[in-house]
Amino acid sequence: MSELQDLYQEVILDHGRNPRNFRRIEKPTAEAEGLNPLCGDHYHVYLRLDGDRIADVSFEGAGCAISKASASLMTSTLKGKTVAEAKETFERFQRMVVEGDRAQAQSLGKLAVLKGVCDFPTRVKCASLVWHTLQSALKGEEKPVSTE
Amino acid sequence: MSGATSTQAVARPAPFEVERVRREFPILAQRVHGKPLAYLDSAATSQKPQSVVDAMSRYYLHDNANVHRGVYQLAERATAAYEGARERVARYLGAADPREIVFVRGTTEAVNLVAQAFGRQNVGPGDEVLITGMEHHSNIVPWYMLAQEKGARLVVAPLDDRGVLEVDELERRIGPRTRLVAVTHVSNTLGTVNPVRRIVEAAHAHGVPVLLDGAQAVPHFRVDVREMGCDFYAFSGHKLFGPTGIGVLYGKAALLDAMPPWQGGGDMILSVTFERVLYNRIPYKLEAGTPDIAGAVGLGAAVDWLQRLDWAGAQAHERDLLAYATARLSEIPGLRIIGTAPDKVSVISFVLEGVHPHDIGTILDREGVAVRVGHHCTQPLMQRFGVPATARASLAFYNTREEIDALATGLGRVREVFR
Repeated sequence: MSELQDLYQEVILDHGRNPRNFRRIEKPTAEAEGLNPLCGDHYHVYLRLDGDRIADVSFEGAGCAISKASASLMTSTLKGKTVAEAKETFERFQRMVVEGDRAQAQSLGKLAVLKGVCDFPTRVKCASLVWHTLQSALKGEEKPVSTE
Repeated sequence: MSGATSTQAVARPAPFEVERVRREFPILAQRVHGKPLAYLDSAATSQKPQSVVDAMSRYYLHDNANVHRGVYQLAERATAAYEGARERVARYLGAADPREIVFVRGTTEAVNLVAQAFGRQNVGPGDEVLITGMEHHSNIVPWYMLAQEKGARLVVAPLDDRGVLEVDELERRIGPRTRLVAVTHVSNTLGTVNPVRRIVEAAHAHGVPVLLDGAQAVPHFRVDVREMGCDFYAFSGHKLFGPTGIGVLYGKAALLDAMPPWQGGGDMILSVTFERVLYNRIPYKLEAGTPDIAGAVGLGAAVDWLQRLDWAGAQAHERDLLAYATARLSEIPGLRIIGTAPDKVSVISFVLEGVHPHDIGTILDREGVAVRVGHHCTQPLMQRFGVPATARASLAFYNTREEIDALATGLGRVREVFR
C-alpha cells in the first residue's frame, strides 16, 4: 500500500482537484493538443512567450488525477523559465518518471511529488502527456500529440 | 453429466460448481500485489481452460505442418485438425455448412472483410449502412471507411438512457438506400442484449442483409445463426475462452459465394497465370495465406470444452453474479452504473463521482482486482452518456461472489484515497 500512498500524495490529489493555471490563454504564442486514446485523457496546453521566456503557460482539458496534477505542477514550475530551462526540466522529469531515476527529484522542486509514478508503468503516460503536449507547442506542431 | 440427467430424470441437476470450473482455468489461482487475483475483465479477453492450452501445445509438439498442400502425414494431420476445428465451430453455431465458416484474426477482421468484400461490391454513392449508437469502434470504423470511399452514409439508430436500443427508431431508418444493417448482439460497454431476431426480421422485410457482431454475446450464451436468421455473424476466439489471433466470420453460403475475395495470395486460388486468376471456392477464397492453424485448433478445443459446459447452470450463476454485483455497487455513494437495460449480460460499467476511472483502475489493481478503464473502444457511446470514460467490471461464469466483494472493498479503498 505504500506505493499507492506514494503515488496519490496529498499534493497530487490537491492539484488534481484544484488544478493551477487551469484556463485558456487568449491569443497564445503557441498551443497544442494532447490525447491518450487508451483512457481518453484530453488536454490543451497554451503558451505565451516573451522572447525565449515563458511568460505564461496554462492548460485545459480532462483526465485522471495524475495527468491533471502533472499539468498543474508543470505549468506552475515552468512559468518564468526560459525555453531551454523548460526543456532541461522536461528531460529530468522524464528521467524521474520513465527511468525511475529518483535522484532527479532533488532538483525538480514541487515536481518531485510525481516520482512515485515510476512504480506504476501503466501510469507513466498519464504523467508525461501534458509534457509532450508542451514540447509540441514549443515546436509549433499542429497534429495532436498522442501517447500511443 | 448428460448421462446422469437422462437416466435420473427425477434427480435435480447438479448445482453449477464454480470452484470445479475454476480449477480448469489455472491462471485464476494466483495472487497479484499479494492479493488473490479477481479477474473482472473477461469482456476484454477471457481466460483459457487447460484443455485449450494443451490442444495448441499438442498441435505444435506433434502435428505442426502447413495445411492444404503437403502430401505427407504431418500435413494431413494439420489439415485435419484445422478443418476439424471449422466443422466443430460450424456445428457449435448451428451453421448449415462448414463452408460458411471463414477463419479470420478476430471480430475486427471479420467486419473489415465484410466491408471490403461485400461492402465494396454492394454499397455505392448515396447508399446507407445502418448501425447503432452502442457499436464498438470495430463495427463503426470499417463502415466509416467504406462510406468515405464510396460516398455512402453511416446511419445510426439511437439508444435510450438505460442503454436500450430504440428498435422502432432502428426500423424507421431502414429504407430504400440501406444496403446493410450492422449491429452488435451484445454491447461490450453496457452489457445490453439486442433483440436480434426482431432486427433481422425488420431488415429482411426490406431485403437488407444483417451482420451481427457477436464478440460479446458468445461468451455468455449459446447462439444459433440459423435461428437468428442473420446473414453474417462475427466473433473472436479469445473472448470465447480460446486463443488470440483467431476469429470467425459466419456468412450464408450464397452471400459468401457472391462476394469477391478481399485479400489475394496463396490458398485462395485455383490457378494463377499473369493473365488470369481463378479463385478458390468458399471459404478458402476468403482465407489468403497460411492461416493461424494452432489458433483454429485452440478455438476448436474451446468449443469442445463449451459443449461440455452446463450452460443452464453457468447462466444462472452469471445472473446471480450480475444481480449481486449490481446491488453491491449500488450501495457505494457517488457510484453510477452506466447501462441498466433489463436484458443485459454480466458487464457493469460505472463512474465514481470525483474520481477518474483510470485512478480507480490503478487502486483496484493494488487490491488484486483487474478491471478495464477507459472508453472501451466506444467513444460515441461515451459521448451519448456524457462521460469521458468508465470503469468496467465484466464477468464470466468462472467469477465468484468473493471477487465481487473484493471489487466493492477496493472501491471503498478508492473512496478513502480520494476522500
